[in-house]
Amino acid sequence: MTDVHDPHSSGTDLVPAEPIADPGLPEHQWRPTDVDDAAEKRAERQVAGFFALSAICTVLFLVAYFVLDIGDNWTTFAGFGASTMALGTTLGLALLFIGVGIIHWARKLMADKEIVEMRHPARSSDEDREGTLKALSDGLAESGIGRRPLIRNSMIGSVALLGLPAVVLLRDLGPLPGDKLESTIWARGGEQITVDGAQVTVPKMRISRDAIGTPILASDLEIGDLVNAQPEVLFNPERYYVEPEEVEGINLQVHKSKTSLILLRMEPGDIKPGRAADGSSRENWTVNGIVAYSKICTHVGCPISLNERTTHHLLCPCHQSTFDLADSGRVVFGPAGRPLPQLPLEVDDEGYLVAQSDFDEPVGPSYWERDYYDRW
Amino acid sequence: MRLLNRSAGRLSRHRRGPIAGLVVLLLGLLLTGGLYAAFSPAQADTAAEQEELVKEGRELFLVGCAFCHGQNGEGVLTQGGSQYGPALTDVGAAAVDFQVGTGRMPMAQPGAQAPRKEVVYNERETAALAAYVATLGTGPAIPDEELYSTEGMEEDELNELVSRGGQIFLANCTACHNFEGSGGAMPRGGYAPKIRGVDAKHIYEAMLTGPQSMDTFSDGNIPPEDKKAVIAYLEMLDEQPGYAGFSFGGLGPVSEGIIAWLVGLGVPVAFAVWIAAHTTRSSKKKDEAQA
Repeated sequence: MTDVHDPHSSGTDLVPAEPIADPGLPEHQWRPTDVDDAAEKRAERQVAGFFALSAICTVLFLVAYFVLDIGDNWTTFAGFGASTMALGTTLGLALLFIGVGIIHWARKLMADKEIVEMRHPARSSDEDREGTLKALSDGLAESGIGRRPLIRNSMIGSVALLGLPAVVLLRDLGPLPGDKLESTIWARGGEQITVDGAQVTVPKMRISRDAIGTPILASDLEIGDLVNAQPEVLFNPERYYVEPEEVEGINLQVHKSKTSLILLRMEPGDIKPGRAADGSSRENWTVNGIVAYSKICTHVGCPISLNERTTHHLLCPCHQSTFDLADSGRVVFGPAGRPLPQLPLEVDDEGYLVAQSDFDEPVGPSYWERDYYDRW
Repeated sequence: MRLLNRSAGRLSRHRRGPIAGLVVLLLGLLLTGGLYAAFSPAQADTAAEQEELVKEGRELFLVGCAFCHGQNGEGVLTQGGSQYGPALTDVGAAAVDFQVGTGRMPMAQPGAQAPRKEVVYNERETAALAAYVATLGTGPAIPDEELYSTEGMEEDELNELVSRGGQIFLANCTACHNFEGSGGAMPRGGYAPKIRGVDAKHIYEAMLTGPQSMDTFSDGNIPPEDKKAVIAYLEMLDEQPGYAGFSFGGLGPVSEGIIAWLVGLGVPVAFAVWIAAHTTRSSKKKDEAQA
């Protein structure tokens, strides 16, 4: 050791070198397996036993793999899928027994003596440090980077340019929304179209129960009801002069991602109407206490329907944004940046709930080009 | 037999007699009256019984419910003006049967959540409370068994119902109650309870009445047949074996992750600590033993 501290060299002779004599290491105590041949033999058999158990588990794994059915006709055991249970248990135990065997071997039979290992200083030796620095400066000198500015500058330029692909690739995080979120198929109701050369007015878009598909009579709902709803065109395209393929497969999913609706009937007195995009009041956007809001959270677009009937607060399960559905969808908590878009409602001549028009703002998460208007 | 024939013969001789019509008429009236007597008093009995039940319910209500819900179920406000116990004037018998039948009411203490607990009132008392509260106003009645029972259905019919119920469940229920009905967290300390293994009747009543913070799914919202479909789906979930082993509440990666970290890693660590802490040492010396 180069840095052993010698107390006598500093002149502090008054301090004794070691106040308490070094007791040294305690005498080594042997394990039973070291001193007893029978115990040693027994430990040897135990280790082999663990390895044998592991082998048995492996065989059981193979048997379970081929014997237990999965797929259409699962073998079950005590209410569980027998195959998954058996494969997991046997493979787990096979690995565990190998580990236990090795540990048992090491602790009972492998060498058992105390070893003292002194600490080394963390600092490298002076020769090593000098050698490293010299190798570095030699390398720099040999590369001639100081003498050849053309090579140096062109290299720096090319490496710097490599940052650009990383920036450009960010564009692939998603297609730009464009105006896709600004209109939904709710707008189809009430449109003027030409069918076979004749001018036709598409009927107002009825609101249908999601999954069930039937349109909703305004009189059907009681105070406190919450309906997860969709436009009727998704279930009955012919009524709205829409081709069936337009609302099938991926098209259906695209539509649903924008049209999904939360319909709520509350005490009419609870509703505080806000303002629409054109500044007019939203007073006539509701029918008898029935309000309708987009189901798509304005934060990152999760579908939300965790509503508390007593407070009409709608909670998004993804990031806990909370919207007040009695107050134009105001954000009362969480990261959402703007209120939920509201769908103006009315009743058609047969008493069914219909949308007056499309949403008056884009649904879903905020994006750069999107306008914002204040409702209060 | 001969006697019967004789009397029948004697009777038939009079069938065109002047009083035959009168006798038949009298017989008919007797029969109608008899039938009426056999069935109608039963109704009269139930009406009286119902009255008795309501009276009994009123007494139970005054003792067990009136403190929070008011002496006539009109509701009680706190001094701050917030709701202490809501009005029960329009909740109907179904709400009482659900709340009392699952032990949610009477609550042990006021709070954000009325947890399911041991049922306090017996069946008769629950029925009495329900009958009394039903007289306070409108509201859904306790549903008939045929509305929610899937017993005795053909397998094909049941499968169709289950798949329809699954769609409706995914659209309407999973947001709060989790995709396999395990429940989930709600704002301000509330939670949507686990709805697995709950009586079909109570699930039906919960949809109908919207207990606590839950929205209602009235018959105009989800028609009775579709409510039954949801129940059929939940029953199917209960019967399904856990193909992948323990579901850990079916709460997704959070509960599975906790088990993996605490049990999956914790047990091996504890095992390793246990190994390191246990070594048998002998007091014998090696030389002695060999000697």
